[in-house]
Amino acid sequence: MPRKKPKLAVWKFTSCDGCQLSLLYLDDELVELAECVEIAYFPEASRRRLPGPYDISLVEGSVSLPEHLEEVQRVRRLSRVLIAFGTCATSGGIQALRNFTDVGDYARLVYERPELIPVLAESTPISQHVPVDLELQGCPPHRGQVVAAVAACLHGAPPPRTPASVCLECKRAGHICVLVSRGLPCLGPVTQAGCGALCPGCHRPCYGCFGPKETPKTSSLARWFRERLGAKEAELVRAFRLFYANAPAFRLESEAHEEPPRPG
Amino acid sequence: MRGRSPALTLTLEGLQALLAELRRQGYSLLGPSLVQGDFGHREIRGVADLPRGVGMEQEAGTFRLVFREDAELFGYPVGQPSWKPVFFPPSRLVWQAVRSAGGWEISLPREDLPPVALLGVRPCDLAAMEVLDRVFLRGPYVERSYQARREAAFIVAVNCTRPGGTCFCASLGTGPRAREGFDLALTEMVTGEGHWFLVETGSDAGRALLETVPHRQATAAEVEAASRALAAAAGRMGRHLEMVGLKEHLYENYEHRHWAEVAGRCLTCGNCAMVCPTCFCHHLEDSLNLRGDRASRRRVQDVCFTVAHSYIHGGSVRPTPWSRYRQWLTHKLATWQEQFGCLGCVGCGRCITWCPVGIDLTAEVAALRRGETPPAKRE
Repeated sequence: MPRKKPKLAVWKFTSCDGCQLSLLYLDDELVELAECVEIAYFPEASRRRLPGPYDISLVEGSVSLPEHLEEVQRVRRLSRVLIAFGTCATSGGIQALRNFTDVGDYARLVYERPELIPVLAESTPISQHVPVDLELQGCPPHRGQVVAAVAACLHGAPPPRTPASVCLECKRAGHICVLVSRGLPCLGPVTQAGCGALCPGCHRPCYGCFGPKETPKTSSLARWFRERLGAKEAELVRAFRLFYANAPAFRLESEAHEEPPRPG
Repeated sequence: MRGRSPALTLTLEGLQALLAELRRQGYSLLGPSLVQGDFGHREIRGVADLPRGVGMEQEAGTFRLVFREDAELFGYPVGQPSWKPVFFPPSRLVWQAVRSAGGWEISLPREDLPPVALLGVRPCDLAAMEVLDRVFLRGPYVERSYQARREAAFIVAVNCTRPGGTCFCASLGTGPRAREGFDLALTEMVTGEGHWFLVETGSDAGRALLETVPHRQATAAEVEAASRALAAAAGRMGRHLEMVGLKEHLYENYEHRHWAEVAGRCLTCGNCAMVCPTCFCHHLEDSLNLRGDRASRRRVQDVCFTVAHSYIHGGSVRPTPWSRYRQWLTHKLATWQEQFGCLGCVGCGRCITWCPVGIDLTAEVAALRRGETPPAKRE
């Protein structure tokens, strides 16, 4: 008599769905995943919705709407292991750019009847609302990391962690440093690994889409960009205020380069 | 047998014949190459694949290729990649296991690698190989995969006549002229007499190979010209490192205020250790498939700048960036001597050039030498 398969749920809050798509792009491993777990709730992939509780919940997206405040509590109650995956779920996402201004200004600019757009003033990570068992950073996280995290849950292995810099993956891959040899403002030295140094491998600077690494010394890198690469303050604000704008390290760095508000 | 023989002279055609012979003998030939503006070591077929007239401008945190009009094939010092990955691959499968009815079946990977011939190994990188040999081959345990790769390699060294802005091998006695550890060592000369190479043989294999290609005894004038070029190179090092009394000074100044100053700049990104030709740190990475019936363990190159590197039960021993930088520098220049009987630094300057914020080992040492060592001279 085979063991009952663990139930997997995939949830979406405010996001572009790219993380969920990266699950669907697993190809052969998706078949393996379906063999190993009961895909019980994954609206992006299937109309079939089995009731909870769920053994593993993968949560995509940030908390940004009033109804999310309730929903995120419900997801937590229904989940034995809750994995927040992706930039939005672990930091607030690009939509957290609103956190630096009055979201009402945007709504009034874009929509004819802004009162019909009930959004929270800030876009925030799942962990700000409920306890999270594991966070997988990245826009989207590397699919290998997602598989490794699920495998870890199923078999009691340690979860994957890559808290050190992108530079380690970049050098292992044999890429020549685009910052040093081409003078490009690469965020790799302060960004968490996991992507496999995708952009530097194509002669593009890292945009920090995997978020701050452990002990990120953003001030030193920003100083180098300004003094040696000629970056303007406004460019430094934009460099750090992108995918992980709301992560504390990047948030503080971008704010440090903002013009002080004009008096009056 | 390794040891010096009288110098010989090789023409450019002679070098081409030599490289062709290496390939004919089944060596996979790795040499300098330029692909999409990136300088590295790749498989090459012969002289025609070598970049010509290329130079390198290097400063702390900055590297630029320059293109000159001359015909020199080796007119630069070292780029970002060392030869370390040839012997110590950044990611290597250690074992894999498959679960069957009878339990786990563990297998080791087959490593039938073709022998490699390395062209253009600089004296500092030769010195680095000697350092890694001490680490992997001369301790109580021998690293078999390193040994297999190392013993199969044929090494054509090239002495440096154009040192770079961050080079300091002359301070450590590791260059600009290779003294040992090669099969053949070339000094490239472009003079009124044309484009030629002074060749020294360092092994029987090197002598035997040279016998298969046209060459002749070097004249006294040729030997003299090459020596002058190398002596001039020794005087043009971009950096200098004073070693006298350094070990003791570092031991006496663990709390030097300059460590905190460096920490204000250090990104703990680990680039210095990744590009260092002697840093050998690594971790083991286990993975398991979803079904839980296939596992593997890889050895992955790592650095002492991560928090996890010094993690022991309960936490990291070096949680602060300054303690991690101090660990790295003190290991390279001081504790390495107690551990392996040599320095962990060969003066290649890569850690200086490839630090994204230009932290300069030689400048930091100079700053650390200034001041401190109080409590009654610490004996």
